[in-house]
Formats: sequence, C-alpha cells, structure tokens
Amino acid sequence: MLKYVIKRILLMFVTFFIIATMCFVLIKLLPLPNAKAQGRDINLVLEKRKQMGYDKPILTQYAIYWKNIFNFGSNGSKGWSPDFGIGEQMYISQSVFDVIKEKLPYTIVVNLYSILIAVPIGVLLGIYAALRKNRWQDHFVSTAVMLVVSVPSYVYAFLVQYFLCFKTGWFPLTVASRETATFFSWVMFVSMFPAVLSLCFGTIARLCRFTRAELSEVLTGDYLLLARTKGLTKNQAITRHALRNAMVPILPMILGEFIGILSGSLIIEGIFGIPGIGKLYITSIQLRDYNFFMALTFFYTLIGLVANLVVDLSYGFIDPRIKMGAK
Amino acid sequence: MDYNNLPKDKFVFARREGKIADKKLDTKPVGYFRDALRRFRKNKSSVVAAFIILILFLYAFLVPIFSPYTVDDRDGYYKMVLPKSDLFGWLGWDGCTEQQESQAGYDYYCSIGVEYGTSAVREVRGSTVDPNTGNVNYKLYVDSYEKVGFTYVDLTEEEYTALKEYQNNTGIQVVYPMPANYKTTFVAVTNGANLWYKLADESDTTSGEARDHDENGRPIYTADYLMKKNITYGQYDSLRLDLPGDGEGGLHYVYAVKNQTGYHLRVLYKEYYNYQNGHYATHLFGTNQHGQDIFMCLAYGARLSFMLAIAVSILNLIIGVIYGSVEGFYGGTIDLVMERISEVLGEIPFIVVATLFQMHLAKKVGPIPSLLFAFVLTGWIGIAYRVRTQFYRFKNQEYVLAARTLGASDKRLIFRHIFPNAIGTIITSTVLIIPGCFYDESMLTYLGIVNLETSGTTSVGTLLSHGQTYMSTNPHILLFPALFISLLMIAFNLFGNGLRDAFNPSLRGADE
Repeated sequence: MLKYVIKRILLMFVTFFIIATMCFVLIKLLPLPNAKAQGRDINLVLEKRKQMGYDKPILTQYAIYWKNIFNFGSNGSKGWSPDFGIGEQMYISQSVFDVIKEKLPYTIVVNLYSILIAVPIGVLLGIYAALRKNRWQDHFVSTAVMLVVSVPSYVYAFLVQYFLCFKTGWFPLTVASRETATFFSWVMFVSMFPAVLSLCFGTIARLCRFTRAELSEVLTGDYLLLARTKGLTKNQAITRHALRNAMVPILPMILGEFIGILSGSLIIEGIFGIPGIGKLYITSIQLRDYNFFMALTFFYTLIGLVANLVVDLSYGFIDPRIKMGAK
Repeated sequence: MDYNNLPKDKFVFARREGKIADKKLDTKPVGYFRDALRRFRKNKSSVVAAFIILILFLYAFLVPIFSPYTVDDRDGYYKMVLPKSDLFGWLGWDGCTEQQESQAGYDYYCSIGVEYGTSAVREVRGSTVDPNTGNVNYKLYVDSYEKVGFTYVDLTEEEYTALKEYQNNTGIQVVYPMPANYKTTFVAVTNGANLWYKLADESDTTSGEARDHDENGRPIYTADYLMKKNITYGQYDSLRLDLPGDGEGGLHYVYAVKNQTGYHLRVLYKEYYNYQNGHYATHLFGTNQHGQDIFMCLAYGARLSFMLAIAVSILNLIIGVIYGSVEGFYGGTIDLVMERISEVLGEIPFIVVATLFQMHLAKKVGPIPSLLFAFVLTGWIGIAYRVRTQFYRFKNQEYVLAARTLGASDKRLIFRHIFPNAIGTIITSTVLIIPGCFYDESMLTYLGIVNLETSGTTSVGTLLSHGQTYMSTNPHILLFPALFISLLMIAFNLFGNGLRDAFNPSLRGADE
C-alpha cells in the first residue's frame, strides 16, 4: 500500500515536471512585453529579469526558475519563500507568489461554501431517488438532474445574477471587501452567495445522479436481501448496509469535485467579480503577464494531477477491502 | 436377419427429385445498425432531442444564408432594440417595453410619430404624481423601433439626388422638414432631430419638454420648423408634406441645407433604413449594443461552432482510432510508451493548452484554426482509450486467431475484425465531442481568451459576453444565446444517452 502510494506520487511529479517543462518553454518563446510602462519601476523589472536570467538560454532560465522556487532562507527570509518573479503588467513589481497567496483564499472559500451546500442536497436527493426508483419521484428527480447537468454553469450565473441581484436586489453585486469582513463572516457569505449558488447547481446534479446510480446498484445486492431476511427493517438495512457501501465511490467523487472545482470556477469568478485565482488567470492572459501566467499554469496543472491522485488513492483509504496496486 | 449383408434392392431413395435444403427464413436479418436504430426509436426523449438538434442545426446553417442581415451590419441607431416579430406581435413579441418617464420624456416620446401619423408610445399605462415635488411620472409602453424617430444625415450631391429620385418614384416621404433649432447640439437628448416642436427650454441642455400642455398634462405640440422664402431652398424639389403653416406668408419649410460637402437632411430613420437596405428593420431576437441582429449573429456563431465541433470530432476520431488501435493491438512496450504519452498530454489543463495555442498561433493562422489545434491536441485521448480497451477485449478471441492463422495481415485484423466491435462506443463518444466543443468554445470566447472581435466573425460566447454588460437593462441580448446553448446541451445529452443505449449490445432485445 505505502509503496503504491509513493510510486503514484513520484509518477505524478514526473508528469508534472514534463508538463511544466513544456509549458515553460512555450511561454518563454512568446515575445516579451515591453519593460517600460507607466507606473512601473523599470530598474526593478530589469534587475528581476536579469536575476531570472532572461538573457540566458531557455533551459538555463528553466533551471534558475526552479532554483528560485526552491528558495530556502535566501533573500533574508526564513523558511521556504518561493520566487516566481514579479508582476510586470499587473500587480506591478509585486511578488507573484504573494499575490497568488492573497487571492487563493477567495477561490477556496467560494468552493468550500458551494461544496458544503451541494453535498448534503445532492446526496440526499440521490438517496431519495434511488429509494423511490421507477416511481414518479425518481422520474422527476432524474429528469431535473438531466436538465441541470446539461445547462452550462454560466447560464445559472446569469440567471442568479439577473434575478437575485438585479431584479430583487437581495444580494449585493460585488464581493465584500476583506477589510470590512472576514472570510467566514455572514456579510462575506451573503456577498458570495450568488457565485456559490451558481456553482452548486452542477455539483448537486452530478452528485445526485452518481448517488442514485450507486445506491440503486447496491440495493439489488444479495446481502441486502440477507439483511432483510435476518430480521432487519428496511430502514436498518439501508442505513447500515446499503448506504455504507454506496458511500465508497461517492466520497472520492466529493473529494474530486472539491479539488476539481478549484479550476472550474474561472467563468463564475469573472461574472461575479470574485477576486480569486480564476480572475487573476484571465487578467494575466489579457495583459500578457507571463510571470503570473506561468505560475498559474503550474498551479492548475498541479491541481488537476493532485485531484486525480487523491481520488484514486482515497478508494483504498475509505474501503479497507480495496487493495491498492494489487495485481 | 443378417444385418451385415443387406440386399441392395431393399433400399429405396426417399426423394430423388428436388434438393433438400434448409427452409429459407421468412424474416429479414436484423443488422447491427438496424437494431440500434430500432432501439433508438423506442427512446422517445432521444428522438425528440434528435429533432431539436436537427432544428438548431438547420437554424445555424440556413439563417446566415437567408437573413437580410450580416455580422458586419452594425446599425448605429437600432441599438439594443427589442425582439420583434411581424407574425407574433400579438403575443407581446412586438419590440415594445414599459418604461418610466418624466413629463419631459413623455413629451419627447409622444412627439415621435406625430408628423407621420403613428406614435412611439403605444400606450400610456398610468401615471403617478410625486406628492412632494408635484412631478408626474408616466408609465409608457414604448416601441423600441419607433423611438429612434428622426436623425440627421449628411449626403453627397449624388446620394442626395438619388434619394430625391427614390422619393419621387415611390411616393414615400423620407426627408422631413428641419426644426428651427437644428444647429443646436442638445446634450440631454441624444437625438436632436426629434425636437421639432416648441420647447419649454431651448438651451443645449433641454430636457425635451414641450412648451404647452393641456389641463391633463398632455403636450400640445406647436411645430417649430426652419423657414425660408425660397421653396427650393437647399435645392429640394421633391415630395413635400402638407403641413399646417407651410407657405404661410410666403415662407416655406426647409427640407435640406447645403453645406461644404453636400447636403444636411433630416430623415425619418425607418424609411431611410428601408431606402438603404431594401427592407424595414425587424429583429426577431433584437439587437445588441453594436446594433447587430442577434437572430443572425447567433446562427452565425452557432454555425461556426458546429463546423468547428464537427471538424474536431472527425479529426479526433481519426487520430484516436489509429492511436488506440496501434496501442491495443501491439500491446507491450509500444502500448506502455504510447499510454504514457497520452497520459501526460491528457493531464495538461485544457484551458492552458487553448491559451498557449492562442498566444502562439492566433496571429499566424487566426483564432479559429488555433482553437481547432487546441481541441485536437488532447481531444482524441478519450477515443483512443476506448478503442484500446476494445482491442484488449477482442484481440485474443478465437475468431481473431483463426483469421491470423488464415494469414490475415495486421491491417486487416485491426480494421476488419477487431475494430467493428468498437464502433458503437466510438460513434457515441464522437457525437458527444460536439457539445463539449460547444461548451469549451463558448467559454473561451466568453472569457476573451479566444478573441473574435477583430476577425469579422462572432460566436455564442462573444454574444454572451456582449450581453453580460447590459444584463440589468437589456436582458434580451443575453437571453437568446444562453437559451440556445442550454437547449443544445440538453438535447445533445439526451441524444447521447439514447445513442449509448442503442449501441449497447447487452441491451439487445431487453425490452421486447
């Protein structure tokens, strides 16, 4: 088991390294934006470019880039202080890593809220549909899920924004500032709610569909019949046997949804003006700030890889019967 | 009896004439596709979905051909006009909207159309008086096409002559008399050409309020046109309106003013539009803030997406099938290496791929081809994976061994004997590439990563991003593209489900 986990993690890093190298080379081949622009400390930019080795061959630059990422204790800082360069077109002369560190909580909090809302609703709806299989309740839920899954998430965002923000004015149009509200305060939650809601629809529908499929498969199992035969009531049999078994594939899926959603909220962040990672990424592309673009590309790649890995490995941790890596 | 030596003559032929053969089957054999089609037809929702897709497809391909508008038609006056249908106007699809207006707005909108016998205000739906200020607030039902009203145009000598000729030939009045205050540049009211009546305030910042009102607050318009002694002032010798006050005291209304480059005229915009384009403006889905017809632009964008998606699915199919076949058929080291390559490629986030392709190639080959490359770079992996799985399932079966023993080549084994087994899943996943493409393309153009603004084309995502800016005031710009893509996605998902069931051989005969 441990050996398998280590092997998978190593493989993941190899994959990451290959992708990172390709992206680095491709981004470096792009024409460099002009260092001279208003409001920019040109000396700092040139100094930084020199330090990042912009005049050296690309592979040397790549080595310097990695060296700067694994930056322990130099620059007078304690511990790990990775250096991804500085903003040249946006957040000018600020450390890329610091800006990302500052934006990341917004994205995480929005996703956390949406998962917290979506998981109970999705799973409960799925259980309900599975228990009422082939009756009208099931057909209703399944049809609704079918429709909700198909519609792109930005359409929900438009609907939510139009009806809940413009028409009724129940929710503010912008996210509360961090100076006035902490992340887990009520004001922040209310201001993020439209975005959270728009993200929820898809997650609820996917979870519901998955739960329904898993649970209705489990419900046909022989051991459930046995449980009933030995005298358990239907509810007992479902909660003690069916649900526990159905949860084995559902929990990894929830994990995957959470990690995956981090990279999936690009468009939602744009619509609701959430100052998160997605917005940063889009702006970095529009303004051609390659330092940000590079760092965020690495980030998204890593997120995708970690999500896959965590989902695969979690099966083994959740269900002791599954032997990871067994031939 | 001696059974070992039976005499030959004891044996009689049972039937000498006619051949003994199996009876021919009366029923027709049911092939794979016929069977799939039969099962597909049983699934009513999928059939409906297929029809919806067909309708949307026809809409996307036929409307750009037959529509009088093009993507480049950006009308500066019919901006953000509402959806209007000549056939279904009675359903409320009439290009009108309810809006709140002050006395000045009421006077302004009511004045439009008085000269040519209609009105921009279809209906006054009540009014409220503010108890504190005494100001009246009107609820008006305004026609978004009529409210454009008049506009000033500057024509060259030839254009002016042509317009006069058109008027003389058709008898349609396009040019209307100039208001006396035509030289003023009104700041408050965007279109000064509509202020033909006596105003309460004639300064640049006029609100458009009329000078006189009756006791109910209704405006009494007094025409206030520019007048000259010479009836052909501005060399206008075409149709004249029979307006009160024209010709009184030897003074005539002025229809055109000559300036350095040509002539300055006041035209009724809807007639002028008809004169220029050969039809009146009727936008089924309204127009956006650039004055583009949404009905046409949406079809155009959808056609682009359809063509892109179909091209992507064909390319993915070809690459995926070849790659997956080679992987699955040869196995071993080849499979291992190829599988690692596709794994690494598949792990690159699509958004990164698309962005990099745009940055590198958009200037050289255009945004659409570079988007196509981005789709193809990673899109085939899913199909290759499915093909590979099928090959692993079938390549060691006896019939393949038999074919190999008989001397069939690798190519023949792959494409003749193993590949047909995978056809069902491949068709399904190829079809399902199309909605994925639509979604990704709309997302990328919406986010502006793929920028189509400069290339004289449009897409669903571009239309959505146009609409988002004006969502609070003009939701119709957003509504139709969003509706289109939602409908398409739902239809494709239903269709895909039906297709998957139809091609699933384990369901064969399950519900008969």
